[in-house]
Amino acid sequence: MHSVSVMLQYMAQYIKTRLQYRANLVIEFVSDLMFQGLNLIFILVVFGHTSNLNGWTRDEIIFIYGYFLIPFTLFISFFNIWDFNDRYIVNGELDRVLTRPVHSLFQVILERMELESLLGAITGFIVMGFAAARLNISLSLTDSLLFIPFVLGGTLVYAGIFVMIASIGFWSDARSSIMPMIYNIGNYGRYPVDIYNKAIRFVLTWVLPFAFVGMYPSAFFLHKKEWYTYAYLTPVMGILFFGLAILVWNTGIKRYRGSGS
Amino acid sequence: MDKYLEIIRIRFLMMLAYRTNYYTGIIIYIINIGAYYFLWKAIYGARGEVEGVSMVQMTTYIAIAWMARAFYFNNIDREIANDVRDGKVATELIRPYNYLLTKLMQALGEGLFRIFLFSLPGMIIVALIFPVNIPVEPELWFYFLVSITFSFIINTQINILTGLSSFFLMNNGGLIRAKRVLIDVFSGLVIPINLYPLWAQDIFKFLPFQSISYTPSMIFSKAFSYGELINALVMQGVWSLILILPIQIIWVYAKRKVIVQGG
Repeated sequence: MHSVSVMLQYMAQYIKTRLQYRANLVIEFVSDLMFQGLNLIFILVVFGHTSNLNGWTRDEIIFIYGYFLIPFTLFISFFNIWDFNDRYIVNGELDRVLTRPVHSLFQVILERMELESLLGAITGFIVMGFAAARLNISLSLTDSLLFIPFVLGGTLVYAGIFVMIASIGFWSDARSSIMPMIYNIGNYGRYPVDIYNKAIRFVLTWVLPFAFVGMYPSAFFLHKKEWYTYAYLTPVMGILFFGLAILVWNTGIKRYRGSGS
Repeated sequence: MDKYLEIIRIRFLMMLAYRTNYYTGIIIYIINIGAYYFLWKAIYGARGEVEGVSMVQMTTYIAIAWMARAFYFNNIDREIANDVRDGKVATELIRPYNYLLTKLMQALGEGLFRIFLFSLPGMIIVALIFPVNIPVEPELWFYFLVSITFSFIINTQINILTGLSSFFLMNNGGLIRAKRVLIDVFSGLVIPINLYPLWAQDIFKFLPFQSISYTPSMIFSKAFSYGELINALVMQGVWSLILILPIQIIWVYAKRKVIVQGG
């Protein structure tokens, strides 16, 4: 209960600071929309030249993309830890965090959240709804009940991977540019994994399981029976990876010595 | 002129000092090339060509488009915005050089660094992983080099325009991001312009964006006829001249408007 109230207070402060530069906020919304539109344009243009992608139709690919946006925006809104190493370890901000009686990871996340990105989830729902309507997909009650654990599972997969990468900073001083690398691999999860070769498919399923963010759960809603097992694994993978990440974080934070300035 | 050469040299050396950051950069670009390679492979399927472009040409196109991006891409829009926000622009303006020209030269130093230590080794690695076809004709390489020089000029001019908006907007982070997306879509980096529907291509003809990525990549992947090639190069030249005009006009107003926040 206490953490919920801490969270709400952080959010209130955050909104106040963002409203300082309103014109920029509006342009940021527009640029987010454009960025999401970019991928949609790609899909539309490509399907002007082909009717299917390895057996997946245009609307199915659009559905996957729309669905993907929902866990993805949840992730970027709440786990904005790109500069964790520079900001918290090199600059010693973590000293301040550690003196407070709330879990360190929770504080870092709250300090760095970017709530305005949540708008992308609405875009995701619209894109997904548009595709679902064209595909005549009917959602049964079980489908809708599974939607939430699937979305949260995907978000936790992303969060787990990136919290683990951020934790590398506890062990190594080297400026890690591994984060943008993995971030770009995440884009592979927006398309059906069967267009990739076996090695990439294996990585996307078990090593950096980005396929659980977009493609596997979408396949469930698209009633593609051959992928059901993977789809059901989504929440499991999310909990597994995020649990592992917290473990790594907690081990790492004990090694933190401060930068001394 | 000497002082500008010195600016190029210093930026080049500065980049060299931080070169380790760039090794992962190459991997990131290869990851991106890979993503589009597999997508296009699935799109081509059993077909030999799409719009007269073969799969090998397409792979070459994607590879060179990203590697050329490493050369023309720079952050001077953000640098100008930071100078304005920190108030550094006030001291920059009284120094004995042209501020915008200095920014252009810094970008060039950065670009030269990247073409030798990023694009060149990157392209070699890409050629080992993906089935690309690197041209051997010297005249093609000449046209390509001319073309990416124009790409650099046009992209940098657009960056300067975006950067100058910080004189009027105070916080232009959103605009900078929007511009980046716009260039990635409409320059031909992710989709070759000739694959867009015709009505869209007609609009793009009147915009400078396709001169940034589409033209050099088409030249390199031998997808242009000789006539198209010359035509595209002329268009690049025209755009690099046209864009000087808005920059000069806005620059005059921007200097009058300098507002230093804090400082």
